[in-house]
Amino acid sequence: MARVIRGRAWVLGDNISTDHIISGKYKFAKINRLEDMLPYVFEEVIPEFYKKVQPGDVIVAGRGFGYGSSREHAPRLLKLAGVGAVLAKSFHRIFYRNSINIGLPVVIVHRIPEVTEQGDEIEVDLEAGVVRNVTKGVEERFQPPPQQLLEILEAGGIVEYIKKMNQLPW
Amino acid sequence: MTEKLFEDKLGRVPERGEIVVVPIDLVYAHDGTFTLAFDVMKETPLLSRVFDPKRVALFIDHAAPAPTVAAALVHRAMRRFAREYGVRLFDVGTGISHQVVADEGLVKPGMFVVGADSHTVTGGAFAAFATGVGSTDAAIAMATGKLWMRVPEQVRLKLSGEAPGYIMGKDIVLTIIGMVRSDGMIYKAVEFQGEGLKTISMDSRMTISNMAVEMGAKVGLFPSDDVTREWYRVNHGTEVPVLEPDAGAEYDEELELELPRLEPVVAAPPNVDNVKPVRELEGLEVDQVFIGSCTNGRYEDYVAAARILKGRRVRDGVRCIAVPASRRVYERLLRNGIVDILVEAGCFVAFGTCGPCIGAHLGLLGEGEVAVSTTNRNFTGRMGHKESKVYLASPATAAAAAVTGRITDPREILPADARLMVVDPSYSFKP
Ligand code: SF4
Repeated sequence: MARVIRGRAWVLGDNISTDHIISGKYKFAKINRLEDMLPYVFEEVIPEFYKKVQPGDVIVAGRGFGYGSSREHAPRLLKLAGVGAVLAKSFHRIFYRNSINIGLPVVIVHRIPEVTEQGDEIEVDLEAGVVRNVTKGVEERFQPPPQQLLEILEAGGIVEYIKKMNQLPW
Repeated sequence: MTEKLFEDKLGRVPERGEIVVVPIDLVYAHDGTFTLAFDVMKETPLLSRVFDPKRVALFIDHAAPAPTVAAALVHRAMRRFAREYGVRLFDVGTGISHQVVADEGLVKPGMFVVGADSHTVTGGAFAAFATGVGSTDAAIAMATGKLWMRVPEQVRLKLSGEAPGYIMGKDIVLTIIGMVRSDGMIYKAVEFQGEGLKTISMDSRMTISNMAVEMGAKVGLFPSDDVTREWYRVNHGTEVPVLEPDAGAEYDEELELELPRLEPVVAAPPNVDNVKPVRELEGLEVDQVFIGSCTNGRYEDYVAAARILKGRRVRDGVRCIAVPASRRVYERLLRNGIVDILVEAGCFVAFGTCGPCIGAHLGLLGEGEVAVSTTNRNFTGRMGHKESKVYLASPATAAAAAVTGRITDPREILPADARLMVVDPSYSFKP
């Protein structure tokens, strides 16, 4: 994972659940292969998202992102689809935890979701703790993740981290 | 109380917000989340083990019996894994994980429990620090018996007074979610307290803890009190410790709910916090009623439904699907003649599985259809077509809708002296 993520914004509202990201009914129809679920990502909020998204694109959402099921398929599929980071006003805790574990940067910001429009260019510098909406010329600072979590994100997730270091991070 | 539970494990009182590594007493996963956990274990030599087979359990409950070949393959892999590592597997028909861990006495007061399912919080009803995690966390916990946790902010939710007889745990928790909203308790530990607890049965406590995650909470904790201890004596023949908050315990936030003021409520789609009194929605036509799931698939729930369905018929044009949460629940319903009441009323009664709750099988909704469901989520498309609608309600409200074909206040059908929360664990329904 690059420390600076740059891409176009996909703007979403409040309470985007893991059901919105990947509906349970596909999870069960395609239960044994993650890649097979890609076409259904955001099916009911952004149809054909998997075809439209470009590597590094950033999701910009409101409150309570990742609401609902613990399905780790949700952050994994976003990452697999090419999403570079998710920015939201708040995250539900299992989604937040899962995202770090699988190496998808998640950042809590408040002003950026207010000013961002679909397609704006967004830049996220995780280490410095800065998000920029380049199109609108708006910058917001956030508390960067602790070094330990940054290392996990940089390794591409906790599994990659354990493999690389041959030890658990704690 | 949260603080006490952490102190007990760590040997010191941690700060709020501190990140600590805690030993895990029980870790579980099911057929919806196992595959990813297994992948993580397979591809990571350090995690290709089980720390203690007695503390690891697997459940085949989400798509059970397998409705697709893909699910059958997952189930096969789980059975193999269980054999190889010597862990317990609860196969097709045993029931939904969160119910079975209670049925089997696997969850106990004071334990730290993680499950690869968000409704693992159900265990909070038993004074266990029980919370949901993802598959990767579950794999790490299975392999190492430890997990990092952030010590949560603590909220006291005081339940005062006594609930009216027609109120169930579902009405209580939906009312709370309507108050605090679905993101109101993100990352917090919510502790239920107050004199009202005496009148809240273990079945209803499980419903309330189950839906703590619907307000964003990390855990929804009940104390281990007389009600809890009696439940363990009757169901498992064991004594469990009293676990209650200290008189001077400090909270980051305090809320109060006056139980006597409650009335039956529903959560209208597409969000769980869209809570309204049943009477505001009365008359809305219903195509399907589902009574079951880890939220409301227990003995008390079917007794409540039976009080309404006894001697009546499910209205023509309505499907009423009843799926007890576990085989134990099913057996108890059989012994008390409740299955007969459900079947004679025209319900479709199936064995313990998640089924319709998640749109996996056993009754998906078509375009434009409306369901009243005792489950915990009403998101767009959760139970089928994206143009279908799910109204969450108590089993009494759901059964009333089955009988009339419309959303109906259960008070119109229930006898005036009905007491739907059954605190006595040895209670048996006499139809
Ligand atoms: S019954 Fe529904 S909410 Fe409960 S574990 Fe099964 S799918 Fe999840």
